[in-house]
Amino acid sequence: MTAALEKLRKVALRLLQAVPTVFGILVVCFLLTRALPGDPAAYFAGDMADAESIEEVRRTMGLDQSLPMQFVSYLKDLAQGNLGMAISTGQPVTAELANRLPASLELTLGALVLSFLIAVPLGVLAATRPNTWIDHLCRFLVTAGVSLPTFFTGLALMYVFYYLLDWAPAPMGRLDLMFLPPEPITGFLTIDAIIAGDWEVLRAALAQLALPTITLALFTLAPIARMTRAAMLQAIASEFVRTARAAGLSGRRVLVTYAFRNALLPVVTTLGMVFSFVLGANVLVEKVFAWPGIGSFAVEALVVSDYAAVQGFVLSMALLFVALNLLIDVIYTLIDPRVGEEA
Amino acid sequence: MNRRNFLKGATSLTVGASLLPLFKSLPAAAANNETAVVVIGGTINSLDIHRSGTNRDSYQVAINCYDRLVSFGTKQMPDGSLSYDYDNVQPELAESWEISEDGTEMLFTIKEGATFWDGKPVTAHDVKWSLDRAVSLGGFPTVQMKAGRLVSPDQFQVVDDRTFRITLPFASKLALPDLATPIPIVINSEVAKAHATPDDPWATEYLHRNPAGSGAYKVARWDAGQQLVYERNDNWSGGRVPGFQRVILREVPAQSTRRALIERGSVHASVNIPNKDAKELASKPGVKVVSTPIENCIYSLCTNVDFEPFKDKRVRQAIAWAIPYQKIFEQAAYEQGIPMWGGTSTVDNIQWPQKSPYNQNIEKARALMAEAGYADGFEVPLSFNLSHADWAEPAALQIQQGLAEIGIRTTIEKIPGANWRTIALVEKKLPLHLENFGGWLNTPDYYFFWAYIKGNLFNSYNYDNPEMAKLVEDTLDMAVDHPDYAPNVTRMIELAFDEIPRIPLWQPTLNVAFNDKVEGYEYWFHRQMDIRALKPV
Repeated sequence: MTAALEKLRKVALRLLQAVPTVFGILVVCFLLTRALPGDPAAYFAGDMADAESIEEVRRTMGLDQSLPMQFVSYLKDLAQGNLGMAISTGQPVTAELANRLPASLELTLGALVLSFLIAVPLGVLAATRPNTWIDHLCRFLVTAGVSLPTFFTGLALMYVFYYLLDWAPAPMGRLDLMFLPPEPITGFLTIDAIIAGDWEVLRAALAQLALPTITLALFTLAPIARMTRAAMLQAIASEFVRTARAAGLSGRRVLVTYAFRNALLPVVTTLGMVFSFVLGANVLVEKVFAWPGIGSFAVEALVVSDYAAVQGFVLSMALLFVALNLLIDVIYTLIDPRVGEEA
Repeated sequence: MNRRNFLKGATSLTVGASLLPLFKSLPAAAANNETAVVVIGGTINSLDIHRSGTNRDSYQVAINCYDRLVSFGTKQMPDGSLSYDYDNVQPELAESWEISEDGTEMLFTIKEGATFWDGKPVTAHDVKWSLDRAVSLGGFPTVQMKAGRLVSPDQFQVVDDRTFRITLPFASKLALPDLATPIPIVINSEVAKAHATPDDPWATEYLHRNPAGSGAYKVARWDAGQQLVYERNDNWSGGRVPGFQRVILREVPAQSTRRALIERGSVHASVNIPNKDAKELASKPGVKVVSTPIENCIYSLCTNVDFEPFKDKRVRQAIAWAIPYQKIFEQAAYEQGIPMWGGTSTVDNIQWPQKSPYNQNIEKARALMAEAGYADGFEVPLSFNLSHADWAEPAALQIQQGLAEIGIRTTIEKIPGANWRTIALVEKKLPLHLENFGGWLNTPDYYFFWAYIKGNLFNSYNYDNPEMAKLVEDTLDMAVDHPDYAPNVTRMIELAFDEIPRIPLWQPTLNVAFNDKVEGYEYWFHRQMDIRALKPV
């Protein structure tokens, strides 16, 4: 009981520590967006607008006030959960994030699960059988994954599987044209379809997911496979594995319980890093597959100096990172035998 | 109603934004006579064209979902494709109109039986409320209304429920055509007023998401950032009943994806495709490309007269003689469009755009440079808008090579789209840049008004000539059959070519690709897809 309370206290403390970080990010992001060149008021007033109407737009956007005043009113709105309007898309930022974050998460998580399922066994096999064909295959995939830009892989896959073979559905977003999305509960189409029991929609959603997921998985596979292989090699060469072998434990047991469990730690760290990196960086995949995700939203907003949208994006990413780091620490305590014993 | 029955009963369904079309599985191919799928690269960010911040792609909602008092007729282009006809104003909501002898009063009679989607008859009160809104909200709508000499609500008068009067301060040939642009839409004022608030008297928040019109299509569904689904209004009184029951507009940002979709036949139309694709797709079976020259639009190289060497007319002429026009036309335009160089040395007609007298002639250019005292050339940045990189980048590279031959050393600067407006058009501080202005209202004097009058937006090169200013002022509202009209316009063109602050390269085209299941496409000056004209083959 006390142990559980102790853990909770640690989690709360970690969250509390994140507050100044997030606030700092808010300030920096606010200042950076204002430092961007270009005049959003002029841009949003439209091509033919005259000086008077540009001023009017500036007033409605609140950009005629001083920077500190703008920041105060931004914080006030934020306290009420209001992230403002994304002018480039005409929607409230909260609505955009609520729609787009799940789309990106579904894609990214799908890709990570897929690449994890392929990369970890591949890395382990490559480490246990160095310089065999499987090691070479691992090396080939890793090199390819790192060196092929995602938009290229995406276009190539689309060309083969949609254009030439017609196996994949038309790359037009999350759901084929004629399917009605299920009642949004989680925002993840696949999960919502399962909740609604709508198997046809689930199939359609998975079909749309397939190509972008494989594209991203190829990209994320590389660091995970490499890290697994390196960590396994190190673990296998370590003294505790030698000791375990000397003690006569079976090869399988040595490999799984001793070597692999230890090797998993850096892999999980890499996984967290790759996840947070990919979530923001899969813009190109989103563009190619017309995926209404958060990356393309943020880039578009940045290009037109849509302050509210950029700030909303950065804030949500910051919160996501804090949550993710926490989650990874928790996973550590689960898989790291040393941490487990202390608790 | 279950999802499959919906398809059968679709025609009788009244669709609100919340009541969605519950179609479940209906491949584009199987639904060819009912549904068309159109892909665009941009995004729809509002359903209200009057709202500030509404982008260009969203104008199509005003076109397809709302009616104006008047519209334009159709004409056939030399290549057999269809285009709107600027010289032929046709009824849309108005069944007839009379213009007073002195041209300052226009009296419109609204069609008997014209109704909004909710069944309410369209009245002159709705027209007044809507036009008042367009001149009052500021921003682009107000500027566009001003082009037609419509500036104040006082000019709009309700005579009776079906009669509406517009008073102009003076007669102008631009007033009637301006009423046919996407801006002066007629909104269901009762619905809008019911959602107006003291802070928002023009119901911009409501109409942003919920169109309330009388147009040919209603918005059945809008998933911002993904798609817009149009559903036909079978009671439309504005014109011929459209061919498709439903049109799905999907946003696909990547050009290569859009190309794959149209080549595979998964979609019916891909709007505004690049010149390169237009050229390549034209030869593919099952794909039809319609390329229409964009009226009153010229891709040009502009020389800012604030930049010291460009103050001398001879330097500007030298540049015009140094440009490798043909190479640009091949490599930037992929030969889509109309060459705007190599014309006659005298102006003998008032057609616009027309070919400039310039051609690539390095000898002549060098001589002019020497005459102006710049035999050794100078350095100048050459800028273009990054959003137009598909044509501007290859054009800039060719220009760079051409100018190098007469000693002008250029560095190419790419300016992001969001900053372009401020730097190029508002602050007007780019010495040498590529520009793409096109006027909605199709008369040469309208083009000259925006591009050759000091201070006006598209005069991004600070050109200032009292003679030109006087000519434009005299001609802008003048009827085209006025005896002074042709001489005035001729003189404007002569001045523009002699002083050459804006060097014409070519007249671009609007390229749209179709699969073989759709026909009836018509080009419009606003460059948006008018889905009302489309029909199944």
